[in-house]
Amino acid sequence: MKPTDTSDPDYFHKVVDCQWACPAHTPVPAYIRLIAQGRYSDAYMLNRESNVFPGVLGRVCDRPCEPACRRTRVEEEPVAICRLKRVAADHRDDITDRLPKKPAKTNGKKIALIGAGPASFTVANDLAPMGYECTIFEKFDKPGGLMRTNIPAFRLPENVLMEEIGYILDMGVDLKLGTPVNSMKELLKEDYDAVFVGTGAPKGKNLSLPGREEADANIHIGIEWLESVAFEHIDKIGKEVLIIGVGNTAMDCCRTSLRLGADSVKVMARKPRAFFKASPWELEDAEEENVDILVNHSPKAFVHENGKLTGMVFELMEYDVDENGKITDSRVTGEKTIACTDVILAIGQNNAFPWIEKDAGIEFDKWDVPVVDKVTFESSQKGVFFGGDAAFGPLNIIWAVRHGHEAAISIHKYCHGESLTQRRPDQLKLEPTKMGMFEWRYSNAFDDSERREMDHVALTERFSNLGTEVELGFSPEKIATEVQRCLNCDVQTVFDAPKCTECDACIDICPVECLSIVPNAEEPVLRDAVNATNPDQALYVSEDLPYTGRVMIKDEDVCLHCGLCAERCPTAAWDMQEGIITIPHADDQNALDKIFEAAE
Amino acid sequence: MPSFTKPKIHLKNEKKNDIGLIRADYDGVMSTLCAGCGHDSVTAAMARAFFELSIGPHKAVKVSGIGCSSKTTSYFMKEAHGNNTVHGRMPSVATGAMAANPHFTYIGVSGDGDSLSIGAGQLVHAMRRNINMLYMLENNGVYGLTKGQFSAAADLGSTAKKGEVNNLAPIDPCALALSVGATFVARSFSGDKEQLVPLIKAGLKHKGFALIDVISPCVSFNDHKGSTKSYEHTYKYYHKAVHADYVPPSAEIRASYDDGKTMPIELHDGGLINLRKLDSGYDPTDRASAFSKVLESQQTDEILTGLLYIDETTQDFATRKKLPGRGLNTYPYEELNPGADKMKDLMREFG
Repeated sequence: MKPTDTSDPDYFHKVVDCQWACPAHTPVPAYIRLIAQGRYSDAYMLNRESNVFPGVLGRVCDRPCEPACRRTRVEEEPVAICRLKRVAADHRDDITDRLPKKPAKTNGKKIALIGAGPASFTVANDLAPMGYECTIFEKFDKPGGLMRTNIPAFRLPENVLMEEIGYILDMGVDLKLGTPVNSMKELLKEDYDAVFVGTGAPKGKNLSLPGREEADANIHIGIEWLESVAFEHIDKIGKEVLIIGVGNTAMDCCRTSLRLGADSVKVMARKPRAFFKASPWELEDAEEENVDILVNHSPKAFVHENGKLTGMVFELMEYDVDENGKITDSRVTGEKTIACTDVILAIGQNNAFPWIEKDAGIEFDKWDVPVVDKVTFESSQKGVFFGGDAAFGPLNIIWAVRHGHEAAISIHKYCHGESLTQRRPDQLKLEPTKMGMFEWRYSNAFDDSERREMDHVALTERFSNLGTEVELGFSPEKIATEVQRCLNCDVQTVFDAPKCTECDACIDICPVECLSIVPNAEEPVLRDAVNATNPDQALYVSEDLPYTGRVMIKDEDVCLHCGLCAERCPTAAWDMQEGIITIPHADDQNALDKIFEAAE
Repeated sequence: MPSFTKPKIHLKNEKKNDIGLIRADYDGVMSTLCAGCGHDSVTAAMARAFFELSIGPHKAVKVSGIGCSSKTTSYFMKEAHGNNTVHGRMPSVATGAMAANPHFTYIGVSGDGDSLSIGAGQLVHAMRRNINMLYMLENNGVYGLTKGQFSAAADLGSTAKKGEVNNLAPIDPCALALSVGATFVARSFSGDKEQLVPLIKAGLKHKGFALIDVISPCVSFNDHKGSTKSYEHTYKYYHKAVHADYVPPSAEIRASYDDGKTMPIELHDGGLINLRKLDSGYDPTDRASAFSKVLESQQTDEILTGLLYIDETTQDFATRKKLPGRGLNTYPYEELNPGADKMKDLMREFG
């Protein structure tokens, strides 16, 4: 194999599994170290650079970081990254004076942002401090987008949301509430230099089955129903509620129903549990509230008497599943009618743009989804950008934030007549962590503590008020334990081949035996030498070693980043260095031409 | 010494041996030796060999003398039996222990100082008696624990860290072993586990005295330019003559032996040591030929390694002396202690 090129920022970035998995590439281990030191405000600010809404996302993020966490490969449970993010938000001091200020004068460029959700706010967050005049149009009377309408207040309190939105508005962003944009063509005629569409995926899917129209009064579309609850247009529901679908919206619907007076709530799933779309922790939280989840029930018809819903008929399903967990066959084994007063449909949502005229210059594909560039987020109409769920269909908040950052870069370049595709690449900076012989500026010892569980408000108490936040946050003891579970994967094992004397000390001390010195060979042979069985994780290969010409290899899969190799190395050929990945922002794109010229 | 104890991690794809243990079950306490010491590498090789042979730590005995190398018995198989003895006296203690319970696997760990000066007489007689044990002689050419004085294994002309030249002839442990009747004589290097681990396995399975002279560089006092026991020098002049692989009795034997380069040696347990001759014309079953090879290599810079000599036919001490084939702890008290009257009868014979 060729020696590994560790100067490629992606190589070490990928080793930090959580940061790599996060769409916004939040530097997780770095902010967890700050929390460990009690520097909550610093942790919050570091977090905010990439994910903009640490308080919101510390509660309701989809957490792609956690399944990726290296900890799951050396024991059972990942670090409670999301909960620690909330710790930083909960315990921060007033940080308003550390935020970018409204600039003294603008740069004269006007940007229209449609929809006051996470994507638009991220664009405004990046561009307003640079002097852009950002105007956000919102059809509702309150901002937040799906963070407000789809996520119930018992999971995300309004004050948390409003505080973080407030930070961005204070940068001089003009928010026009109750101002829907009804025509793209009209908007394009106004003197905006660029337009950003962040209107989400607001259209809930319907289920056309017999009885649907007759029983319409008690059949609700999940996201529309949640929206009505959020705006207090709905404050009660019947006693027996069926939720159709088993995604995260379904979980919010069933838990909200319990708070609006339902006695019995059943979530009806068509397939077995392994195929559920909801995050495991949202399922757990719903089941803790005594919601029944029934598997293998496929909706067939709505039952109604005298125009009133009385129940629903389901086909009982049976599935054949192969060893890869894929369904190969299914059959109906019977039928069952379940009585109910209300049904909530939570089976998915689409983006919808009734206000964009067909001749507005924006191309849509055959599924009525706008054609959006995956790098620049520009549509087929120059100067019109899409982000969040509006761009590629429903994803999640943290993806919307990432889209916002990228669109902000594009808008900045567009407004200055620069090429949208010439973007600053990610950059890597390595900083030493060595403090003394066996001393590092990170807590390198492996801590075998188990993941801390979140404490919840008692069941009786939480149902009394729709706005009572269920999760209590971590206690100081839980914080102290959980921060030490982080393996500090961003403190990289950096190897300097010319210094190696091939004494084997690092190989022998490694607790996971991920190192070896072997004659260079093809990848399968080298992987076999260190039992590197995870093909998704890289195998590091050094340059030829001075004495024998063999190579040092390392399986990145299971490395604990404990630094024992570096502590045991007599010549400091192994060193532990913090890899700082710089993700491009709209404000660091200047003078790029010179960089590209120099590179050529 | 590292800032924290090496944790025991259970990986999803961890390998278990025949008795259900993982490699880390064969670790000991954290080493207090210098970072980069060859001995730590030998320790790791021993732990791996015991793991691969599926020998339960409670069925093994570790004995050692005094010195850096002798400390290392603490650093592997923490659940095994063991004794750190007086300087140079490890072979006597090992002999006694072996006589008391022949069913255990015995490994002695010592260094060139402990073995070739104060303990030279002990070592020679253990080899002469063909005690059933593996003797690891971790050879770095200096007294590392007392800051780097030459040992009896230091080569002529090699220098101490401050430049002093050694002008006394060395004792070659392999030549010594061949001259007094050891039945398994090998040399290896701490930096070559590919060779060392199979050698340790073969040595443990050999019935009789096995000596492995392991070049194990002293990273603090003998890893400099003028040293002939440094990592750099050893890698440069390292020469593999015969490779030995232990093949357990249960394993299917696929290798073909008619190519003149491989040679199976049958062991008492039904397993094999499969010898791969890397030097043609070398016969590791011929003591005289092995002896002359070792002497020849002394005239050159070449470090001759591998299983240099093996004799599986000579009976070990316990067999030759008709020692009971069971541990003394399995005898009832009455049988072990014949009583005062029998003792008087016995004493009368000398009267």
